[in-house]
Amino acid sequence: MQVTSAVREDLVTGGKTVHDVTHDICRQVEGKPTKSWMLGMAISLGALGIGTYAVLALLWEGIGVWGLNKTVGWAWDITNFVWWVGIGHAGTLISAILLLFRQKWRMSINRAAEAMTIFAVICAACFPGLHMGRLWVGFYWALPLPNTWGSLWVNFNSPLLWDVFAISTYFTVSLVFWYIGLIPDFASIRDRATNKISKAVYGALSFGWDGAAKTWMRYESVALILAGLATPLVLSVHTIVSFDFATSVIPGWHTTIFPPYFVAGAIFSGFAMVLTLMLVTRKVYKLEDYITINHIELMNIIIIITGSIVGIAYITEFFIAWYSGVEAEQYAFINRATGPYWWAYATMMTCNVISPQLFWFKKIRTNIAATFILSIIVNIGMWFERFVIIVTSLHRDYLPSSWAMFYPTFYDVGVYLFTFGLFFTAFLLFAKFFPVINMAEVKSIIKSSSLKETK
Amino acid sequence: MKDNKKTYWKGLEQLSNDPAFVKNADREFPEYLPISNGEDGRSNRRDFLKMMGFGVAAVSLAACEAPVRKAIPYVNKPVDVDPGIPNYYASTYMQGGDYCSIVVKTREGRPIKIEGNKLSPISQGGVMPQVEASVLSLYDNERLRGPVKGGESVAWETLDSEVTQKLNSVASQGGQIRIVSNTVLSPSTKEVINQFGAKFPTSRHVMYDPTSADGMLQANQESFGTRAIPSYDFSKADVIVSFGADFLGTWLSPVEFTKQYSKTRKLNDGKKDMSRHYQFESNLSLTGANADYRTMIRPSEEAAAVQALHDELRGQGGSQFENIAKAAQDLRDAGRNALVVSGSNDPAVQTVVNAINNQLGAYGTTIDMSVPMMIRQGSDSAMNQFIDDVKAKRVQAVIFYNCNPVYNHPRGTELAEALGGAALTVSTSDRTDETAALCQYTAPDHHFLESWNDAEPKRGHFSFTQPAITPVFKTRQVQESLMVWAGQADFSYFDFLQSRWRGNLPGGNFQMAWDQALMDGVISVSGSATAPADSTATAAAIPAGGQPAFSGNVSAAMSALNRSTAGEGIEIAFYEKVAIGDGSQANNPWLQETPDPVTKSTWDNYLCVSQAWATENGVEAFEGKCNKAVVTVGDKSVTLPILIQPGQAPGTVGIAVGYGRTSAGKVANGVGVNVYPLMQGGAMAVTSGVSIEVLPEKYQIAQTQTHQTYMGRETVIQEATLAAYQENPSAGRYNPHTATWKSEDGEVSPGALSLWKGHNYNNHHWGLVIDMNSCTGCSACHVACQAENNIPVVGRDEVIMRRDMHWMRIDRYYSSDAVEDYTAMEVAAANPEVTFQPMMCQHCNNAPCETVCPVAATTHSTEGINQMTYNRCIGTRYCANNCPYKVRRFNWFKYHDNGQFEDINTSMNNVLGKMVLNPDVTVRSRGVMEKCSLCIQRIQYGKLEAKKEGRRPKDGEIDTACASACPSDAIVFGDMNDPESRIYKMLKIRDTEEADYITEKEILEPRAYHVLEEIGVKPNVSYLTKIRNKEEMSEQTDA
Repeated sequence: MQVTSAVREDLVTGGKTVHDVTHDICRQVEGKPTKSWMLGMAISLGALGIGTYAVLALLWEGIGVWGLNKTVGWAWDITNFVWWVGIGHAGTLISAILLLFRQKWRMSINRAAEAMTIFAVICAACFPGLHMGRLWVGFYWALPLPNTWGSLWVNFNSPLLWDVFAISTYFTVSLVFWYIGLIPDFASIRDRATNKISKAVYGALSFGWDGAAKTWMRYESVALILAGLATPLVLSVHTIVSFDFATSVIPGWHTTIFPPYFVAGAIFSGFAMVLTLMLVTRKVYKLEDYITINHIELMNIIIIITGSIVGIAYITEFFIAWYSGVEAEQYAFINRATGPYWWAYATMMTCNVISPQLFWFKKIRTNIAATFILSIIVNIGMWFERFVIIVTSLHRDYLPSSWAMFYPTFYDVGVYLFTFGLFFTAFLLFAKFFPVINMAEVKSIIKSSSLKETK
Repeated sequence: MKDNKKTYWKGLEQLSNDPAFVKNADREFPEYLPISNGEDGRSNRRDFLKMMGFGVAAVSLAACEAPVRKAIPYVNKPVDVDPGIPNYYASTYMQGGDYCSIVVKTREGRPIKIEGNKLSPISQGGVMPQVEASVLSLYDNERLRGPVKGGESVAWETLDSEVTQKLNSVASQGGQIRIVSNTVLSPSTKEVINQFGAKFPTSRHVMYDPTSADGMLQANQESFGTRAIPSYDFSKADVIVSFGADFLGTWLSPVEFTKQYSKTRKLNDGKKDMSRHYQFESNLSLTGANADYRTMIRPSEEAAAVQALHDELRGQGGSQFENIAKAAQDLRDAGRNALVVSGSNDPAVQTVVNAINNQLGAYGTTIDMSVPMMIRQGSDSAMNQFIDDVKAKRVQAVIFYNCNPVYNHPRGTELAEALGGAALTVSTSDRTDETAALCQYTAPDHHFLESWNDAEPKRGHFSFTQPAITPVFKTRQVQESLMVWAGQADFSYFDFLQSRWRGNLPGGNFQMAWDQALMDGVISVSGSATAPADSTATAAAIPAGGQPAFSGNVSAAMSALNRSTAGEGIEIAFYEKVAIGDGSQANNPWLQETPDPVTKSTWDNYLCVSQAWATENGVEAFEGKCNKAVVTVGDKSVTLPILIQPGQAPGTVGIAVGYGRTSAGKVANGVGVNVYPLMQGGAMAVTSGVSIEVLPEKYQIAQTQTHQTYMGRETVIQEATLAAYQENPSAGRYNPHTATWKSEDGEVSPGALSLWKGHNYNNHHWGLVIDMNSCTGCSACHVACQAENNIPVVGRDEVIMRRDMHWMRIDRYYSSDAVEDYTAMEVAAANPEVTFQPMMCQHCNNAPCETVCPVAATTHSTEGINQMTYNRCIGTRYCANNCPYKVRRFNWFKYHDNGQFEDINTSMNNVLGKMVLNPDVTVRSRGVMEKCSLCIQRIQYGKLEAKKEGRRPKDGEIDTACASACPSDAIVFGDMNDPESRIYKMLKIRDTEEADYITEKEILEPRAYHVLEEIGVKPNVSYLTKIRNKEEMSEQTDA
């Protein structure tokens, strides 16, 4: 069943041996933190500190510290939420869908991509909690728990409730999937560990992995089952997130195109974020042989595809607004493009639709610097996409008397910064203490030494 | 396995069945374990556990004891006070000359809400924002706690003896004494002042009004020989022409006029005609916004316009004023049923207006000279004379009776400087206001809700004020103070009042008649002889119904007036805002945050300029943010923010008075700019010598609505001309259709298609119907809602953040000259048509908010009401986002007991202010969504009252706060399941039962529509189309 084309390029270059793989990956975990890591950590913790202040102020004073108003009830909060959830799509897509499609090139990027997914989903999950301003009631009242309030139940009609289920399921499955994948690598680290603490910690983390054939067999079936479970989730999570808008009555939100459009957008931004992170990790950890130009190119191709889908979706929305004959809908879209938030719309269009088209040029999609810049641009664009959808639809909806503007405050930015701090702190901890590349899997795709000899 | 039959013993004792052993055999510890052996004095493990258990319990119990708030029960419960049951007392609102007959709702002895008194023939149950809000002024923390001397509080005895002694010494030396007040409506108070005058013969009573009607009084004196303002009856007027008189908002008796006016604006099957209203004015007033034809004139042109109308009516045409000829034609056609009014304070202008009305024959129909209105009696010349006297030190003692001329008289600064020269200065103000601060003594008066009084707003119509609460502070009624100073130490104003009325009330038994009069609050007596009427009134008695002959010298008046219309330079037209008025209640946060009905701005006054002026001067505004400007008149100048106001006459700017208080209290101090000093004489305008300099500095005005036009959205505003309506009652209606295969012609109304099964309203089905044609935008409903539902005030900064909390708002839309082009449609016309649309929760049957709430905190009741469960709300704001009407309000902060809002939201942040809160309505906490509940507490109360009597609630028994306050009866609340209800009849409801589970109301009234019908949310609030009595609509409606 598994046919490997002989003409394919090597997925891992530099003639790495199995030992090289173990060594290259484990040495990051075993060594002392580098200066650049310390610097990165300091910056992340700084961001987290400022962000924590903003979060505490938000929880202490109320949502009023943000710039929201009676007309625009969601802005940066849900923009950030959807943005982070979107970013959190790539990991599972790479590990689950690409696993099912036997895309072996995913092997050297899936670990980091999954970690990114987990952290992004954690960051995303901050917002539904924080945007209520009262975490102490918000988090558990939204869950269908037995309670002492009589027959008080949640509202199963509400897309926000679906969100709660979708995100928590996605998070759980992604976390388990990621962790299962880590077990053999933890065992490798455990086996190499020289000091007691490492041995104990990684020993515990590796769940007594013994490397037996039976263990490997079970490991692979679990991975396959989880991949099967995670695959529909990749599609469902953002579909359900899009329902928050699609099931509403607000012009600009009430759109049936949203589920596919959101999923494509999520993969688009997720891959961009993977690229941003991997390009840095690759450079710092000297993993050029594992994450090759070939990987980057493949990911850039996915960005072209999803970017184009998103672009078509944008245009379709305009067409449908015109075709529907609905006055409010038409105005909502004209207002997006030409109203007071035209600059947000222009940013979105430039970053999401125009800039990825540059990847049609092989020179650009195989250029690391260009890829890095464009990957950031894509995520800026995707942030603005959500901002455009949320804020420009709300700020001028049905009754002109209520039309208003939204201006962010320090605390809007601060809470966003908080999630950045959280994300990068977590990612740096991961990069330092966890194997950033799935050693066990990568070892299966390196050419054996005998083959290398014949080459 | 082999069975083990071995037996083991614990010891020999068990084997031998030793009795001592058997006794303790089944205990856990066979040996005795002492709790405390006492011998060595040490406690053991059990004691430790016990102590620990006790300690934990004690500590946690102690922790449970939150701040102890003692509820003190009645030892002897007052007979008429039942906890939870409101009591209502009829009373009278008087503020200067402003008058309204009211009913005060008290709970457990505290006044919490003011409603209109439906028994009053004058205010007829209507109220205005200032009346509604005055209950909060009772609990104003800035009120003086007792008498004050030179800033220090003193005992009444001390103050009395010193004031009496000084008065006597002034009087003995023949020094002049003055009592200065605004218009005094109370005949008994005037009698007190008379008696004070008898004791001190050198004393004189000076009345002035911040917004003076002296010119009109003088003109009537000249025209009819009586210094009085006649009664007007707008309800009889088919054609109304107003020259700058804002009779629906601030002019004379707006509640009464709104009641009358709205009667002429109602349209139904039986009445397909309405009045036509022409307005000639400079600022876009509330009245102008309701006019059918509005002409923009400069203040200096007003005289010319009035004369042009006068000439036109005499066949001397050729007026260059737009609409004058047309108005004249309509007036002529209407004849006796016409009414011309003018807000001018120029006697000559008023004389010409009198001549016009006389020529039309309006006296006897729309104007009644025989029932004069007393609500403006002030004399400009008397006040000027008084200030001259003080400056020349010809006055030795001054008592300011509840007036504040230092602030609200154009010559206030002069007065302030000269006041130190008097031997005795006393203010009776309830706070250390601008005038009181300069007086030696302040003898604070009761709030009117703590007082006894009577009022005669119109000849023969009396109204009583009775206390609804015992005085909160050590204040004393002015009448008593005056008499005490005049030597009557044991004077009781209540006894005095009763004695004056004894024998003057109908019915034999005085006590019964008195009680009845107090209960009704009003009494009408035909002929002044039978009542203790105002003995000092200068109005000559005219037999009822009889009209004096017009004897005004029109030609003299005409020649005295300027006919010039070629205005040069910019002119200022001053105006009063509906909520703030002359500024006397400025320290009332409800009023400060009530958006001006026209500009929709709060917490400021500003320079209203026309769009043309703004373009000329390079001024642009976005979201209420605009430049500031310096306005200079002579040697005085003020700095104000600019507001671009459509409908502002070219060459004019408008500025509201009543702002810039410096000593009113924490709420009002420093809000806006005082422009009284810019006024010249008694005129509400400055017509020459004005210069305006635009500053680069930007300032944002707190507006609750920043988008001015309705963007041609027929789903929102549906309007037609009267002619079109008469031809087809559904004129102007917009009937959207949705394509479907379900219907034969492929189209159905949007409501016919639904995912939802609908609701079954077996009992009641509450709803509102709002007549946009009679809604004048006065905002009384707005303040009533705020008072009824404990709605917080958020302050200027938060309003700028667009976070006003009002549950209902009045959307004000201007027409635009543009069609199709969205950007151009955002700009209002230079002289726009105005539409007011009260907007509150629409209580949708398919409510978009209900489906999206994750915790089911907002749900639908079995009576059609969309309900909020505050303590279930987790604050996702999804409901607010998904509300197409944007009527949901989120508690962004904790607005109660929060230092940040201490000086803004006074009703929730100090012990005194909190007394105004309605105990039936929860004060919402932070992070919770709230919105209009259709006054669910009132519905519940009404239902329970009916249930106690074993019947169904009758229509009209239950009323929402907004509907009850509305002076134009534009909001009608009722049960749409009750075929006898007004709402059922107004909407011409036909019940349809399409399927078992659907009970929907089919509305057959052709004017009725639902806002945003096409999205199918099926509101329970219906609107009636706006009909304009004009030949052509502006272009936008045809678009």
